[in-house]
Amino acid sequence: MSGGHSTYTPKTGLGRWMDARLPLPRLVYDSFVAYPVPRNLNYAYTFGGILTLMLAVQILTGIVLAMHYAANTEIAFNSVEKIMRDVNSGWLLRYLHSNGASFFFIAVYVHIFRGLYYGSYKAPRELLWILGCIIYLLMMATAFMGYVLPWGQMSFWGATVITGFFTAIPLVGDWIQQLLLGGFAVDNPTLNRFFSLHYLLPFMIAGVVVLHIWALHVTGQSNPTGIEVKQKTDTVAFTPYATIKDGFAMVVFFLVFAYFVFYIPNYLGHPDNYIEANPLKTPAHIVPEWYFLPFYAILRAITFNIGPIDSKLGGVLAMFGAIAVLFVVPWLDTSKVRSAVYRPWYKLFFWLFVADAIFLGWLGSRPAEGTYVAMAQAATLYYFAFFVVVMPVLGLVETPRRPPNSITEAVLEKNKPGTPAAGEA
Amino acid sequence: MKTFLNGLAALGLGIAMVTSADAAEYPLKKPPQLEWSFDGPFGTYDKGQLQRGLKVYREVCSSCHSLDLVAFRNLEDLGYTEEQARAIASEYEVEDGPDENGDMFTRPATPSDHFPAPFANPQQAAASNNGAAPPDFSLLAKARAVERGFPTFLFDIFTQYAEGGPDYIHALLTGYEEDAEGHEVPEGTYYNPYFLSAVSLSMAPPLSDGMVTYEDGSPETVDQYARDIAAFMMWAAEPHMEARKATGFTVMVFLVLFGGLVYLTKRKVWAEVH
Repeated sequence: MSGGHSTYTPKTGLGRWMDARLPLPRLVYDSFVAYPVPRNLNYAYTFGGILTLMLAVQILTGIVLAMHYAANTEIAFNSVEKIMRDVNSGWLLRYLHSNGASFFFIAVYVHIFRGLYYGSYKAPRELLWILGCIIYLLMMATAFMGYVLPWGQMSFWGATVITGFFTAIPLVGDWIQQLLLGGFAVDNPTLNRFFSLHYLLPFMIAGVVVLHIWALHVTGQSNPTGIEVKQKTDTVAFTPYATIKDGFAMVVFFLVFAYFVFYIPNYLGHPDNYIEANPLKTPAHIVPEWYFLPFYAILRAITFNIGPIDSKLGGVLAMFGAIAVLFVVPWLDTSKVRSAVYRPWYKLFFWLFVADAIFLGWLGSRPAEGTYVAMAQAATLYYFAFFVVVMPVLGLVETPRRPPNSITEAVLEKNKPGTPAAGEA
Repeated sequence: MKTFLNGLAALGLGIAMVTSADAAEYPLKKPPQLEWSFDGPFGTYDKGQLQRGLKVYREVCSSCHSLDLVAFRNLEDLGYTEEQARAIASEYEVEDGPDENGDMFTRPATPSDHFPAPFANPQQAAASNNGAAPPDFSLLAKARAVERGFPTFLFDIFTQYAEGGPDYIHALLTGYEEDAEGHEVPEGTYYNPYFLSAVSLSMAPPLSDGMVTYEDGSPETVDQYARDIAAFMMWAAEPHMEARKATGFTVMVFLVLFGGLVYLTKRKVWAEVH
């Protein structure tokens, strides 16, 4: 797959027969056994595998849940409660699925931040990065529609608010909103199409994941030094080295996941979603799920008109812009050095950006009033400044430290006792 | 990394300042945190308490509040035998039908029936209760919780605090006060500083000392009634909690042991590379 020659040699007669007709075992061997990975990958690089696992968990639990769920506004809420009460292990499936969405996002955020830290998006991995952004966008759509299905108060009002964004778009906004809703307000047609799409999108995600992994195997993995693989000693075989390391990370991740599922399964949810949807009663504060909160804060930070753009459209543009800007990151970063390990200033701005994103998330959970608005505006400003100012300018003015000549050199340097570690984050 | 931590500390300080300045929100008072038999990783329901809670529900709350999602067969979870659950069910009349003549009729409830609602529909419930329909009890213990605020909500992860619902219910039931402390209380409502969304609520104080007779010698006080009904409502909202926590322990033990083995394997595999 990576363009190199295949080292697979079938050992049995059946293997040779298969290899001459459909070389699937060869594909698997070349991609997941012999595939060379940099030997210096740290645990931040295990989240790709974790994400694949979470996608599988969500699809498997989701398929079974769909066997018991009824997408009709009259009975949707009670059908979920029937799963919780009367379906064998239904409570487990449902809590795995609802918390699984959150842990899917925890993993994807670590994965994205890791990419930003080590410059994984830089040439020749631009398409790999963009495919990742598409997966993230599909994940958000899937999660949003999934949250509507239990038909609680937050489901209903979240759907009302979020589909309402589209009306801000000039000319076609109302039409788009009505297309999404299947009417003029969130109602049974909305629930039906959201259920249908919620079932469809994960398989589209799986499709893009295949492209994502394919692109990864063409360029090879990046690594904490940001230097490309140059010699054989720079790499180890995917199996057993990466397999066992990824496996260990998966177990640890599952430990935290299980802690939430079994001990605090409603911690990441909102109490109001245990109240059945009521179109006549608006909750005091409508808040989306935690993983959308930073974008919700950005949306509400735009409280002023900019020329012909009113504050509503401005907020929607800022919110979508906050995601769209990720797609052009490979061309915004002008630095010659890939990894933040050798970029002291970028490292500082990067951690500020992480803090800013968390801060925006917290602001998204607060009502948009008083000092919260001013803080959200400042945090939004830094969010965009990080991408459109810091990334291009810093690459030109910063003097990076000299990276080692090869991955092998970096590893030997690190393992030498008494010297400061070169590849440490 | 150090810069990151400093940044976080500054951030925390900023948030703490903002939160303390933000006191105009309801509820006026935060519910006290009680000890429950079902809190923590090994928590279980106290069956005696659930039976008392059921008694309070049947004798007091059920005249206004429905319990739609609970069936009489579920009462076996409370320590009742199948016959006892059947006997409790038979004390209720439910509507059934149509029969062969097309008429609806009533019959004594069976274990597979759910608790009948006190009102025919939400409109009737509202009309009989000063315009505010009493909420269904089935999920209330998970549908109500007072926001914990920063940084408490982070500590809650480690203390496994998941009893916001019962704490709130107990605080509300015991929290009615005569003196509204200068707050304006609308006509036909009752001042309660623990109420989640306003100064006062439409429900009059529902409990008074001695109004429900306990056979197990537990104190017949408003405080005890409130604890028992809150525990009962937690069970109604989360009937499989005991199975969940017990399964969780097995899963955690397995994952720790398995993780340890995988880690040792990983060490051995990588030993030659380092």
